[in-house]
Amino acid sequence: MSALFPAHLDLEEEEDLEVFSKKTSLTDGGPNSPSSMMNQYRLEAEEEEEEKEEKELFVTVDHPESHVTAIETFITYRVLTKTTRSDFDCSEFEVRRRYQDFLWLRSRLEENHPTLIVHPLPEKFVMKGMVERFNEDFIETRRRALQRFLSKISEHPLLSCSPHLKIFLTTQDLQSHKKQAPGFLTRVGETVRAVAHSVRGVRSRPEEFTLMQEYVEQFSSKISSVDKVTQRIIREQREYVDEMKQYSPPYSQWGGMEEALQLPLQEVAGCVQRCSTETQLQLQHLSTVLLPALHEYMLCADTLKAVMRRRDNIQAEYEARREAMEKRGDQEGEEVQALQEKVEVCNSSLQVDWSRWRSSMRTDLKTALLSTAESNLQHYEKCLAVWETFLLSQREEGSEQKEEEAP
Amino acid sequence: MAEDGREESVAADDDSQHTAEDGIHSLNNTMVEEGPTLLRRMEICVAEAEKRSGKNTVNMQETFTVYLIETRPMDALAEGRNPAPDSLWRRYSEFELLRNYLLVTFPYIVVPPLPEKRAEFVWHKLSADNMDPDFVERRRVGLENFLLRVASHPVLSNDKILHHFLTEEHGWKEVVYETGFQAKADSRLKALSATFRVRNPDKRFMDMKHYSDELQSHTSQLLRARARVADRLYGVYKVHGNYGRVFSEWSAIEKEMGDGLQSAGHHMDAYAASIDDILEEEEHYADQLKEYLFYAEALRAVCRKHELTQFELEMATQDLISKKQQHEELATGIVRTFSFKGMTNKLFGQEAPEQREARLKLLEELIEEGEEAVKDKTVECEEHVEKAWVDMQRFKEQKDKDLREALINYAVMQVSMCKKGIQMWSNAKECFLKM
Repeated sequence: MSALFPAHLDLEEEEDLEVFSKKTSLTDGGPNSPSSMMNQYRLEAEEEEEEKEEKELFVTVDHPESHVTAIETFITYRVLTKTTRSDFDCSEFEVRRRYQDFLWLRSRLEENHPTLIVHPLPEKFVMKGMVERFNEDFIETRRRALQRFLSKISEHPLLSCSPHLKIFLTTQDLQSHKKQAPGFLTRVGETVRAVAHSVRGVRSRPEEFTLMQEYVEQFSSKISSVDKVTQRIIREQREYVDEMKQYSPPYSQWGGMEEALQLPLQEVAGCVQRCSTETQLQLQHLSTVLLPALHEYMLCADTLKAVMRRRDNIQAEYEARREAMEKRGDQEGEEVQALQEKVEVCNSSLQVDWSRWRSSMRTDLKTALLSTAESNLQHYEKCLAVWETFLLSQREEGSEQKEEEAP
Repeated sequence: MAEDGREESVAADDDSQHTAEDGIHSLNNTMVEEGPTLLRRMEICVAEAEKRSGKNTVNMQETFTVYLIETRPMDALAEGRNPAPDSLWRRYSEFELLRNYLLVTFPYIVVPPLPEKRAEFVWHKLSADNMDPDFVERRRVGLENFLLRVASHPVLSNDKILHHFLTEEHGWKEVVYETGFQAKADSRLKALSATFRVRNPDKRFMDMKHYSDELQSHTSQLLRARARVADRLYGVYKVHGNYGRVFSEWSAIEKEMGDGLQSAGHHMDAYAASIDDILEEEEHYADQLKEYLFYAEALRAVCRKHELTQFELEMATQDLISKKQQHEELATGIVRTFSFKGMTNKLFGQEAPEQREARLKLLEELIEEGEEAVKDKTVECEEHVEKAWVDMQRFKEQKDKDLREALINYAVMQVSMCKKGIQMWSNAKECFLKM
């Protein structure tokens, strides 16, 4: 854990760190604040010699169920948590959550950790392909993405300790809890400030973040291209499968009216049919493994862009305050100093999370691409076996015939 | 029975590694083995195709393709000598003329078909242009196949016009026209009429006609479906080529992942390119099916000829009966059937005895002629049935063998395609592992 936390950051007293929380009427100085989390990390850094607590948190999302009320129809999912962490009361929790709840969790996490990379959720609506909201495939795709989201969060060294996560995973009645949290007003306040600062712009963005920005732009465009190509392949392959299905009957129908040719024709019909089934499976793999992975990282790209914007805004805010202070001739700048530290902490936490994200992206996409290559390989191997079996049977027949003909 | 031509040709044996080319090769070799035919005395091939320009029959400039036919005496080859081949150029229309001549001259033979005049069952990549080099090449192969089939046929191979076609470039057309075959051709109307009005056609021929209809329907259905599948498969492979470009671009912004992505991209390009050869080869399979699609028409033609000869026999018989009846009525005065003469006799009175005698005489002559006609027609009909039945059996065996070969060829092509796919994706997998 200590490797994830930059050793050079010198944290001072707890009071100063309280400034990191939002400037609102509600000061979140409690266990939810980033400050206390940073402290927790500092403690852990000191404790690295000692035996570390196992941070095990397994979450699954399954059993979608439809709920119908007078106002709406929606789907809930069972969220099952198994944990050995001591900060959880039990070792197992089961709750039911709907998509809105996930949105709530994520927005809380982003609010509390503006410059951490919080894994994206699947989109609200799928416009392309006109998928119905309650279509089986859509629900399954969403379920998988929701599970991915929770897995990513629970693997994240900082986010997995979020009290909001804990509430999400354990509280039976989430709705009443949601009403308590601040949210709306603070978001408005922040947005206004963010717009103001973004208009002004960042004066001297550190080089590494400029590079990061460039990478994010390009990555977003490239991954989007890969996604498009994959979608196109899926479309073409679907049409191919449809034509394959039409290709087997002519063989068997013809075979039906032949004598000596009946058997080979029927067998070829069978081969074509088997290959079309295999192709369908391969198609399914593309849709359920590669495409979702690419899509997920397209959403990640958007998340990254947002994170970079927020980081810029934090820096812009600090620069604005400092400028104002310099104009006034103020030397004492507690506020400004706090902002400066905020900038530094955000920058370093982003740096750390960035390399973590890069590594994770590499693993995830590599796995997805490998899986696809493997699936394609197996597809061809199965089709190869189908046709070789046919050839073998024909050769056997041929040699049998020759034996018959021999005097 | 004919000698075994094994020493003169490469025997088609049960290879363990059967390739598509072997399939076509063994077909040619089988034709050489059968019977004492022209093909055993002469090696024939259609070696090349060339574009020519010239004035056509309406004096307009046109471009057309000519094909080089090369022949070499087989005995020279057997002796190990390698003489230069005799050669001449022919265009497609001359092949058509040859075939029409054979159709008329041998109406009891299932005459091998020519490759298609215009490209049909195209999928999007193949152009329907007759000048397209791939089309021309496949037509060259088809024309060679036609000549080999004809030259190995026990009956057709002995025809003089065929010999002429293969050996004398100039003046051949005139010689063909001189045979007057065009006059012997049955008019379509006559043939159609016979089909509808014939009473007692040979059941075997009716079954065969029914079979030819079904064969035509099934092969064309199959060809259409295959073309559509080919079209879609082409699309799938080609879109993978986009991965090549995109992976390459993406690799430029990555560090550790860069090399793996880049090389994977190259394999995707290769994968996309591989479909061209795969589908080109499959066209040969389609051509094999097409040959039998067109053979169905030839088979039907033989059945129609039977209907025609049978119908003509029935007509002649009918005619004879009616003449005999007329004669009887005139002779006995008993009117059994309605006749115009009978009516007018009733109305205007009977004719004079001399006239009656004259008419009786005439009828007797006609009856004699009619009996000759019936005899001739019977012979014609029976001969046709006999010879046609033999050839149809021969055709059936050939068809079963060839189509089985074609299906095996197809499977071999599929195996090859799968192996290529396995290679490609193994390579891609290696690259992804390096990411």
